[in-house]
Amino acid sequence: MDVIETVFIRNNLVVAFALIGVIIWISYYLADKLTAGRIHGSAIAIALGLLAAWWGGVVTGGRTGVADIALLGGIGLMGGGMMRDFAIVATAFGVKLGELKKAGLAGVVSIFAGVLVSFFVGAIVAVLFGYSDPVAITTIGAGAVTYIVGPVTGEAIGASSEVITLSVAAGLIKSILVMIGTPLVAKSIGLNNPQSAMVFGGLMGTTSGVAAGLAATDPKLVPYGAMIATFYTGVGCLLGPSILFFIVSSIF
Amino acid sequence: MIVYGVALLSVCLVIGMLAGETLGVLLGVDANVGGVGIAMLLLVFASNAEKFKTLASGAAGEGIKFWSAMYIPIVVAMAARQNVAAAVDGGLLALVAGVAAVVVSFALVPVLSRLGGSSNTISAVKEDVR
Repeated sequence: MDVIETVFIRNNLVVAFALIGVIIWISYYLADKLTAGRIHGSAIAIALGLLAAWWGGVVTGGRTGVADIALLGGIGLMGGGMMRDFAIVATAFGVKLGELKKAGLAGVVSIFAGVLVSFFVGAIVAVLFGYSDPVAITTIGAGAVTYIVGPVTGEAIGASSEVITLSVAAGLIKSILVMIGTPLVAKSIGLNNPQSAMVFGGLMGTTSGVAAGLAATDPKLVPYGAMIATFYTGVGCLLGPSILFFIVSSIF
Repeated sequence: MIVYGVALLSVCLVIGMLAGETLGVLLGVDANVGGVGIAMLLLVFASNAEKFKTLASGAAGEGIKFWSAMYIPIVVAMAARQNVAAAVDGGLLALVAGVAAVVVSFALVPVLSRLGGSSNTISAVKEDVR
């Protein structure tokens, strides 16, 4: 047992490559045999990943899913921010400038529309659940923007830690739902060209959600959506503790 | 050389991250504003430019394509390290807020996509008139 532990922990990134390879192989096999290709293999792989993350969190009580299990620590490095950003940037290789220019304006508009819509939807839900304190309403609304905007806004305007935790949970739900839901609704919302992918990235904004959702829909759309989405959290952090908080304070 | 492509990709990411971080400081925001997006733009410019041809074509291009192809496996690993347990524990308010935000945003995708499309056709018409 000691030998296995030593080898797995010392080579954790390599273990992660092997494990993720196996998960993807199983997922593509299932997609082919069980759904006859109707559900994309990567959608199944992402769902299995989320399931594993839930299990890891429950077993260890940690915050980074299956990566909190010592033998699987390499998953944390492989799926961490650095590798994710590196691979996302690589997807831009081969993108045509013309496509970007064509949808650039719609993409920028969609970032602001996305932040405002998610914020106010979250804020209204908070009010419906009985919150009347502008600080709590703003923080929960910001959490519906992304799970980073929630705590950044909450800490800036002095929200309680319970409310900040709630805002993070709302943001996590959003991100997970975008990962799973995107391939299911892609057809009905016309998500099949670079332009709608950029609008999608701006409206959803959660980098992880957009990254995984588009990967499971059509990998060719990834660079367009991801490029726009990476501006969303910044815009959210800018508007949340300032204009949006003032608007909510003026109402309540 | 494969490493030329990998290095070009890395330099784009580092410059983009520096720009995004600086933008965050200038705006007074505790976040990296669009660092990855700026890095992607830099890579698009570089891979379309004649000057960078030796860094982005042939074997060097394979170095970038490899990481592009590793994107889905990395996203699967990313999914496996999400704090799903906390999301599940968030209770009904978090669930309703998260779901409602996603549903409304999904519904807006076709609306805003059309907006972009129509403004393009308008500008095309204007050019025709001129």
